[in-house]
Amino acid sequence: MNTQALFGQLLIGLINGSFYALLSLGLAVIFGLLNIINFAHGALYMLGAFVAYFLLEKVGLGYWWALVIAPIAVGAVGVVIERLMLSRLYKLDHLYGLLLTFGLALILEGAFSHEFGSAGMPYSIPDSLQGVQNLGFMYLPNYRAWVIVASLVVCFSTWFLIERTKLGVYLRAATENPSLVQSFGVNVPRMITLTYGLGVGLAALAGVFAAPIYQVSPQMGSSLIIVVFAVVVIGGMGSIMGSILTGFGLGIIEGLTKYIYPEASSTVIFVIMAIVLMIRPQGLFGQR
Amino acid sequence: MTFKMKTLVAAAALALAGAAQAQISGNVVKIGVLNDQSGLYADLGGQGSVIAAKMAVEDFKAKEKGLNVEVIFADHQNKPDVGTQIASRWYDTEGVDAIVDVPTSSVALAVNEVARQKNKVFIDSGAATSDLTGSKCSPNTVHWTYDTWMLANGTGKAIVKTGGDTWFFITADYAFGAALERDTTAVIVKNGGKVVGGVKVPLGTQDFSSFLLQAQASKAKIIGLANAGGDTINSIKQASEFGIVKGGQNLAGLLVFLTDVHGIGLDKAQGLILTETFYWDMNDQTRAWTKRFIAQSGGKYPTMVHAGVYAGVLHYLKAVAALKSDEPGIKVVEEMKKLPTDDPLFGKGTIRADGRKIHNAYLFEVKKPSESKGPYDYYKLRATIPADEAFRPLKDDGCSLVK
Repeated sequence: MNTQALFGQLLIGLINGSFYALLSLGLAVIFGLLNIINFAHGALYMLGAFVAYFLLEKVGLGYWWALVIAPIAVGAVGVVIERLMLSRLYKLDHLYGLLLTFGLALILEGAFSHEFGSAGMPYSIPDSLQGVQNLGFMYLPNYRAWVIVASLVVCFSTWFLIERTKLGVYLRAATENPSLVQSFGVNVPRMITLTYGLGVGLAALAGVFAAPIYQVSPQMGSSLIIVVFAVVVIGGMGSIMGSILTGFGLGIIEGLTKYIYPEASSTVIFVIMAIVLMIRPQGLFGQR
Repeated sequence: MTFKMKTLVAAAALALAGAAQAQISGNVVKIGVLNDQSGLYADLGGQGSVIAAKMAVEDFKAKEKGLNVEVIFADHQNKPDVGTQIASRWYDTEGVDAIVDVPTSSVALAVNEVARQKNKVFIDSGAATSDLTGSKCSPNTVHWTYDTWMLANGTGKAIVKTGGDTWFFITADYAFGAALERDTTAVIVKNGGKVVGGVKVPLGTQDFSSFLLQAQASKAKIIGLANAGGDTINSIKQASEFGIVKGGQNLAGLLVFLTDVHGIGLDKAQGLILTETFYWDMNDQTRAWTKRFIAQSGGKYPTMVHAGVYAGVLHYLKAVAALKSDEPGIKVVEEMKKLPTDDPLFGKGTIRADGRKIHNAYLFEVKKPSESKGPYDYYKLRATIPADEAFRPLKDDGCSLVK
C-alpha cells in the first residue's frame, strides 16, 4: 500500500466519520437522557436535507441560512413529536418508543418517496466552499474540509454542554432521578422535550451538511441509520464521548476497508459490532 | 343416429375441446409488474412501469377484443430472495401469467429460473445483464429494452474511439456490475484500449470518495461507472466535487437513465455520453405517448425501462390474442418471437430465438444547461446504432436455444 493513498483514505474516513459522529451523538443524547431508541433519527436527518432544499428552491435562502433554519425547524418538529407521542411512552418498555419512532420513520420516508421519487434532488455546494485543495497526497474538496471542522466543533460543544455545564448537570440528574430534580424547582418535562429537540436538531444539521455531497433523497436516512445504530452500540448506548470517538474511529476503519478490500466496506462496521458485543456487551465506552 | 348427426356431434365436440384448449387461465390475463418500488432503482422503474403496463393494456383495447387483463405490482426490494418468493407465489397461487420489468440483474436472473420452472412468461425491461439472453437464456423469457453488451458497444466503443483508451472501473458488486464490466472490457480491448484497474463497490453505497481517489491515483484516462441509479448519481456528483474532470480524467456512465440526469442536474451531468434505446423527445409518437404518461406519473418523465414495459406488454397481449390462450408460457413466448413487433416507442422490430428484442440504440450526449429548453430536455443525439449492430450477435451468445 502506498502511503499517499493511505493518507487520502484516512482523511476520507474522517469525513464519513463526522457524519457518523453527528448522528450517533444525537442518538446517544436522546437515549442517554430520554431512554428512547430514536429510530426516526434517519428520517429527521433526511428532513433536514429537504428543508435545505426547500429553502433554496421555494424561498431562495441558501446554504448558510439552511444551516441555521433547518435544525430549528426540524427541532420544532421533534418537540411536537415528543409532546404529542413520545411523552406517553416513558413509563413503558423501550420497545414501544422504538416501534413508534420506527413507524414515524417509515411514514416520513414513504411520504417523501411518494412525492419526490427516489433519484433525489440536486443541491449544490455553496460558492464560497467550491474548489479543491491540493494536499500533495490527495485533492481535498473545500466543502469536505469544512464538514470535518464544523462537525468537530458541533460534537465537542454538545459534549461540553452536557458534561461540563450546569444545564448539563441538571439534565443528567433528571435522568437519574426525575422526581428529585423536579422537587428542586426544575421543569423536568420541558427539559426532556428540549433535549429531544436538540437531538433531532443535530440530525437535521447533519442532513444539511450532507445535502451537497449526497443526493437529497428520501432514502438518504435509511441507508445511514443502520450504520449509525451500529456506531452507537459499539460506542456504548448513551455515552456522549463514546459516540463521538466511535463515529470518527469507525469512519476511518471503513475508509481503510474501502481501500484494502472494498467489497467488505458495507459490512465491516457490523463485524466490529458483533465482536464488541461478544467481548464487551456494554460497548467500548458504556458504563453498565 | 344418422351419419349426418354423428358428424355434427363430433364436430361440436371437437369445437368444444378446441375451446377448452384455447382458453385464458382463470379467465383473466394477469400481468405482474415486479420491480423496485422504494429503493435506489424506484425512479427508473417503480410505479412508472405500472403506469406503462396499464397504458399498454388500454392501447391494446383488450376489453373490445374480449380479453380480460389485470395488472398488479410488487416491490422486490432489489433482493433475489424476495423476488423469487413473490414470483413463485404469483405464478403458483395468484394466477399471474406474465411477470414484467424486474430491474436488478441478480433478481432478474432468479425470476428467469422461476418462470422457466413454472413454464410461465417473463418479459424483462429493467435488468441489464446480457446473460439473460446468453448463458442463462430461457425459452420463457424475452429481454426487451437494453443489455450490458449493448451499453458497452454503444458508450464504451464511442469513448475508446475518441481516445479514451485507458480505463479504471467503479463497479457495482453484483451480477449487473460484473456483466457490464466484462462486456465493456471486451469492447475496450477489442478496440485497442486497456483496463488499468478497478474496484467493486457494494450496492447502495453513499460515499464514493474513496473509490474516486483510487481511480484518480490510477491515472486512467477514463473512469468507467459500471453502476446504476442512485449509485451513478452519487458517483458523478462526488467526482465533480473532487475535481476529477478538471484534473483531466473523464467519466463514462455506462448505464445512465433520464431520471439519473434529472437527479444530478445538468450543470454536473453536461457532456456525459450515454446509450439508451428510447428517449421521450424522439418523434411525434414518443412525445404524444410521454404526454399521456406524465399526466399519470405526476410530471415524472418516462425512462427507457418504462417504454420497454409498455412495448413488451403490448406485444405480449398481441401474442395472447393470436393464440387465444395465455399458457403454457413457452408457447406464448414462441408466438411473441414469431410475430414482428410494432409499437409507437421502438418502432418495428423482432425478437430473436434467444429472447433478445432487437431495435435501434442511440448514443446521446447530455446537454449544457444553456441548451435545455424545457422540462427534461436533456439529450442531444450523437449517433444512431442500427438494430442489427446494437446487440450481441447470436453466434456469440452462448445461448442453448440457438442452434
